Amino acid sequence: MGRALARLMAERGDTLFLLGRDAAQLARSATDLELRGAAGSVGTATCDLLGPESFAPALAAAAAALVGFDTVVVTAGAFATQDALEADREQRRQLLTANFTNTIEFCELARQRLLDQGGGTLCVFGSVAGERGRKPVILYGAAKAGLSHYLEGLDHKFRARGLRTVLVKPGFVKTGMTADLPPPPFAGEPEAVARAVLRAIDKGTPEVFVPGIWRWIMLVIRLLPRAVMRRIEF
Amino acid sequence: MAPTHTTTASPAAAPDTAVPPLAEVSGWGHYPVLLGRQFRSEDLARVTARARLSRGLGRAYGDAALPAAPDDLVATTTLADRLLAFDPSSGRLRAEAGLSVRALNRWSMPRGWFTPVTPGTQFVTLGGMVAADVHGKNHHRNGCFGNHVTALTLRVADGRIIECSDEHEPELFRATLGGMGLTGHILEVEFQLERIPSPWIWGESERCDSLDVLLARLKEAGERWPFTVCWVDCLNAPPRLGRGTLMCGRWAEPGEAPATPPAPKAALAVPFFLPDWFLHPWQVKLFNRLNYWKHGARVRRGIEHPESFFYPLDVVLDWNRLYGRRGFTQYQAVLPADEDPSVPRRFLELLHRHGASVFLCVMKDCGAQGKGMLSFPRPGVSFALDLPVRGAATQALVDVLDEFVIAAGGRVYLAKDAFTRAENFRRMESRLATFAQVRRRWDPDGHLRSAQSVRVFGDKP
Repeated sequence: MGRALARLMAERGDTLFLLGRDAAQLARSATDLELRGAAGSVGTATCDLLGPESFAPALAAAAAALVGFDTVVVTAGAFATQDALEADREQRRQLLTANFTNTIEFCELARQRLLDQGGGTLCVFGSVAGERGRKPVILYGAAKAGLSHYLEGLDHKFRARGLRTVLVKPGFVKTGMTADLPPPPFAGEPEAVARAVLRAIDKGTPEVFVPGIWRWIMLVIRLLPRAVMRRIEF
Repeated sequence: MAPTHTTTASPAAAPDTAVPPLAEVSGWGHYPVLLGRQFRSEDLARVTARARLSRGLGRAYGDAALPAAPDDLVATTTLADRLLAFDPSSGRLRAEAGLSVRALNRWSMPRGWFTPVTPGTQFVTLGGMVAADVHGKNHHRNGCFGNHVTALTLRVADGRIIECSDEHEPELFRATLGGMGLTGHILEVEFQLERIPSPWIWGESERCDSLDVLLARLKEAGERWPFTVCWVDCLNAPPRLGRGTLMCGRWAEPGEAPATPPAPKAALAVPFFLPDWFLHPWQVKLFNRLNYWKHGARVRRGIEHPESFFYPLDVVLDWNRLYGRRGFTQYQAVLPADEDPSVPRRFLELLHRHGASVFLCVMKDCGAQGKGMLSFPRPGVSFALDLPVRGAATQALVDVLDEFVIAAGGRVYLAKDAFTRAENFRRMESRLATFAQVRRRWDPDGHLRSAQSVRVFGDKP
């Protein structure tokens, strides 16, 4: 989804800087975005959600290359099935650290930079899994729920000072992360999802469900009584 | 000032030892349906490390992109779709193998470029185009896609990543063009785009009331038009057997073309498999009659949307579901017709005698054979027929058609095939031994294989 979103930004001529784990892959993605119309050259820096010491230098590199930035998009995150996470303590620790503790640490640094320069947009990818405790995504969902509260809090506290937060809540989207899972009904394509996210970034919508139908699906799920949630496998 | 952004991407990858779940997988014809494990990732070099076959958008009709055994890992390439290098002065583009023609066109057309060869659907990947060495409506002029490929990056069976071209490992290069992905996983494709004067098509079409007229007009049109194709009604008894419509086109000049670029076409979808009886013979007959009569007797000329011209069937997504769960096959064969001009007519008569219910029949003229070692086209007339799968009857029909094709000196197209027997393919394909030699040299243990290579090339099951 990050790739699809960055391509839309490139196509309209935005200036971009990429952060990610693999320098060689980043360089290839940067060329792709330049060929699709990104303004100037697309810079890159390595940054790993499991290595929080990489955050500050990466953001500094981005700020230097872009001469300040007005939007930060965080699409990174790990995924594993509930069964795998229950079975493997190390994988569980890593996923919770990457998706919750370290993502928030990264956002804190980004938030400070944005506020220091008078405001901007912080867009973070949460998940519909964070909407309610559900059997198939208990641990993954718990981290995303925490992230969701964090971003809402930022919105309440800093919006008046110019920080706009956009929390994206994807339902099922056919990406590399979900490649091993059978797509359910209402599965979204990355390109369509990216268009909705870009609209939300431009407008500063604090919360966006993608595809949109998931807002209503999750509304129903939130309203279900516990007795029902215990019995269903959703 | 343009907004500036910083993006962090690349989700934590699953460990390389992960095994994707078993799931049903099939080609576009939904026959055969097999079990397989598909591995999808943005990083092609990683997913192909253990895979025994690559698969793109799954548009090969039969078993070309299906695993030979359920536990053969299949690398699905569609997420690897980055543009890697482009020279705007020469039009040479390098991209990852999972890039679709649809995405390519949407990028290249506004910049005044188009792929030199496009197949009849935009839902194919560059890797698939190389593996099948696809041809299009301009085969008589531009040849196959492989003729415009300048270099390939492959992961060969022993795991090495190799760059090949006419200069470097030319034998591997030529075997890979049309080699059905059996010489190595295609990771990157470098090829030459073609300049277009506008993104619109100037088209002309006419109705012809017999096969002989249609064939003559197709041959004439090929001398004047870069794009030609015929739709043929093969459900009528002779002499009306083989009447049809000839469609020709060229890129519109800037003066003729509308000022605005063509908007992407919205597509309808067939949401589920229709019942097997849906395409009943009488409906098929009616569709073909209507298609013939609706054109009218006069010649039609005008500006056409490039998507309607090149990809008329793409406006209905998942149209393969019209054939029901039993699926369908496309039989495509090229028949040399220079020595004996009665060959195309006798082919349709044979089809008619066997009562084949052909919903759609497309006829094309083919030019010179390409440089791909196993590339399908050769000079002659190509027929592509959609046939519903009806078990043993379909196998029997394909056997009969194959005998005719062998006698006529033609061959079938592996990208479409699901039924041709190994011994029949050998009789059609004198180049098979050379291809097998190259495969043995690069893959002595038979690591790379597909359901089709077991069926048609006799690979170990």
